[in-house]
This record gives sequence, C-alpha cells and structure tokens, in this order.
Amino acid sequence: MAYSAKARGLFAEDIQAIKDKGIYKEKRFICSPQNAEIEVEYPEGAPKKKVLNFCANNYLGLSNHPEIVKAAHEGLDERGFGMSSVRFICGTQDIHRELQDKVSEFLGMEDTLLFPSCMDANSGVFESILGPEDVILADRLIHASLIDGIKLCSAQYDTFKHMNMKHLEKKLELHQDKRHILVVTDGVFSMDGDLAPLDEMCDLCDKYSAMILVDESHASGFIGKTGRGTHEHFNCIDQVDLITTTFGKGLGGASGGCVSGKKELIELCRQNARPYLFSNSMAPPIVNASIRVMDLVTKDTELRDKLEWNAAYFRKGVEEAGLCVRPGNTPIVPVMLYNAKLANDMSRDMYAEGIYVIGFFFPVVPSGAARIRVQLSAAHTREHIDKAVAAFKKVGEKYGILGLDKKGIIDKYGM
Amino acid sequence: MAEEMKDMVLEYVIDEYVDEDDEIEVGFETPLISSGIVDSFSMVSLKVFLEKKCHVSLPDKEATPEAFDTVNKICELVRRFQD
Repeated sequence: MAYSAKARGLFAEDIQAIKDKGIYKEKRFICSPQNAEIEVEYPEGAPKKKVLNFCANNYLGLSNHPEIVKAAHEGLDERGFGMSSVRFICGTQDIHRELQDKVSEFLGMEDTLLFPSCMDANSGVFESILGPEDVILADRLIHASLIDGIKLCSAQYDTFKHMNMKHLEKKLELHQDKRHILVVTDGVFSMDGDLAPLDEMCDLCDKYSAMILVDESHASGFIGKTGRGTHEHFNCIDQVDLITTTFGKGLGGASGGCVSGKKELIELCRQNARPYLFSNSMAPPIVNASIRVMDLVTKDTELRDKLEWNAAYFRKGVEEAGLCVRPGNTPIVPVMLYNAKLANDMSRDMYAEGIYVIGFFFPVVPSGAARIRVQLSAAHTREHIDKAVAAFKKVGEKYGILGLDKKGIIDKYGM
Repeated sequence: MAEEMKDMVLEYVIDEYVDEDDEIEVGFETPLISSGIVDSFSMVSLKVFLEKKCHVSLPDKEATPEAFDTVNKICELVRRFQD
C-alpha cells in the first residue's frame, strides 16, 4: 500500500500543526435550508440548535426563496440534472445563452461567459487575455481567487496599497512601458465591506490607458440604486472593461460564476480559459433558477432596498450599543475586536445566545485586525436584527468592551 | 555600502508597504512577512525593486517569505547573489 504508516503520520503532523497555530477549521453542519433561521449541528455530534444566521452571503435572501426553488424544479424537469460535458463540446443549452444575455443586460456589459464558479472565472480570465508583455496592477486586498488567477497568468504583476489612488497612479506611471495594463480590484471587499473608489480608479485607467477588472461577487444584485453593482454606485458603468461575479451569493446562493465585459475579451476567455474548457457546465436547474434571479433583481429593487434598510438598522443598533464598528454602507458590518482570542470567544458566546457569527483573525485579516464579520440579508426581519443587537450588547458587556474604541479594546486585550 | 543598501531597502519598504495612518514602526529587524506588513502576494514589488536597484537576479526559489522577512535578511540575500 502506497499510503504507508509513515506517510499517514507525516500528514497527521501537518494537521496538528494547523491546530497548534489556532487556524484549524472545524466542521459545522447546517441541518435545514439556508436562511435567516437555520438549524446547526456544532460541534459535530452536538444536538441541533436553532440559530439566526448572520454569516451567510445570502444577501438578497434568495437561497431558499420560493420562486427560485420553483425555477430550479422547472429547470430540472425541462432540461435535466446535468450536462455531462464542458461548455464547448455539448454542455451549452439555450438556457445558458439566455442567462448570459440577461447578465450582460443587467451589468451593462457587451457579453458574458458562464463558469462553474467565480473562483473558476477568476482563475481563467487573466491567462486568457494577457501575456508576458503585459502587467496586472492589483489592490493588495483582492480576493484569493483573483490572486490565484494572476499567479497562473504569464503577465507580470505588481500591487498597490489598498484603495490608495496615489499609489495606484504611481504604479500606472511606472508600468507605462507595458503592452496592456489591467487594474484589478474587488468592488466590495469581503472582510471590511468597503467599496473600491471605482470612479477614481476608472478615471486613472482612462488617463493611463489601462483596463480595469472588478470582482463584484459581494456587490452584484444589491450595490447601486438598482443593484447593478459598484460601477452603478459610482456612476461609471461605461468605464469598466471586465466584471467577474458569482451566482453563489446575492444572485441566488447556489453556485456558478461569470466574466462579463468587452466582447473581444469575453471571446478570448471562451477560446482560452482553462476552467471554461476543462470543467463541467453549470447544471440546468441552477441555470434556470439563476435566470429567475436575474428577472427578480431586474424587475424591481424591493429586495436590495430591504437589505439596505436592514444593514443600516443593524449598524445603528450595534453602534448605539457601544460596539466598535468599521464605518461603511454595505451589508458587511465588521464588529472590530482586534484581538484574535476575543473574536473567537465572543463568536462562541454569540452562538450560545442563538446568533451564528464567526470571528476572523490573521491570516484571513491583517494581524491585529480581528473582528466578527456580520452579514445582513434581505431575509432578516426587524426582530431577527433586534435579537442580534441584543446578543452583541449582552456579550459585549460580559467582555467589558461596550463604549471602547480601538485603543480601549487593545489596551484591555492586546492585539 | 552595506549600510547604504539597508537604508535604501528600509526606505522602500516603508514607502511601499506602510500607510500614513498605520501605527507601525519598521526597522532593520522588524518582521515583514510573518507579521503581515508584507504579504506573499505583494512581495513581488520588493523583488522587482531589488533586482532593478541592486543589479541582481534573485531566483524564485531563493526569494522566499523567510528570506524576505526582515530588511537585514533581504540585504544578506541580495549580497549573496551580488558576489
């Protein structure tokens, strides 16, 4: 047997090292559909517990929305379970084309290409369009999948300080000798919930003849006055060249992703992107349900308006309770704790209070910036949010952090 | 000469990786990678800077997060490949 006792022992040591660093990811089981109210088995083997979910990417509350579930059923009945093929062989149905067209229309882009996930879209887009004569300039806090995609590409790359436009301009000047320059950013950064200043970035790109790609995974469907995204919020839709986004968050919550943008760039992705060429198509039930999602978010702004209200209501509640909250105006609300153990302990106590939230700390966020990241959903009711705020107040009081600012919390608990 | 290089690298690291509102003091022995001041993704800017300024080629297998963890270690690495 190739998997020897020695090999097993060495792998076990690797796992123990992860545990020793305090970054071991424990198993948590959801025993109900994804929603604002869920049943959780945690730790593994423990009795199921009903909790309110404040850590899902279920921004618009569509993960278990009756119309979306119905559309998935219809997709299953009318187009079957799976495609058993990559897109370009025999894995593209008419509904894949329909979804691509609806996404292009919604985002205000020329063309769209579906991928099995946004992780795949981000893995494939750079290698498809750029080469060694080109350079990618990336914000330092972009999503890990963009970093992986950039590293898979033969283009040179450089980085600029997070949302620092002076630094970006310096890098744009530095790389003027390259054939193509592609600036890369998240629209909404998932850990801080801050919005990239896309209007300024697009103006700089125009000034220095650079293209721009925006990952809108935490924005599509709800940022901007009609939910088109960060480019709508900053009124620069026509200046954005490429958008990558997901159907796994606000736009449904199942899976799938896409690249949307200038038609030549999308065509190159269709010809070259390895995750498109070598991975199965999005399954028909999910495609059909995603079409219904696009219809829902195009029809009116009811869900994104409710989400906006919920986020503002929660933010006001925890701020008034005396917690230290990172400023912002997105459904991602980081309750700042700075100390990793405090973030861990508080999230455990919040769970005991029936609120499911997770503590984040280095290396997921910068050292000394530990927090509990709260994510609001349109599925939350006012009562859900009141309960979450009350729990934060109770747990915050237990740890003596109410009314303390960053310095106060660090003085008390350290970084 | 060695001191000049250390000063130059330290100045670059502060300018490139520290924000004006960061409450961080960076010196020759300050951990850069293991403390999170510089992450492995943005380390590439530093490598390109060193190669250009010090007229040296640093093989990827040598330009590791460990070798880039302090200004002193970075300068040691550069000197090794200058020799």
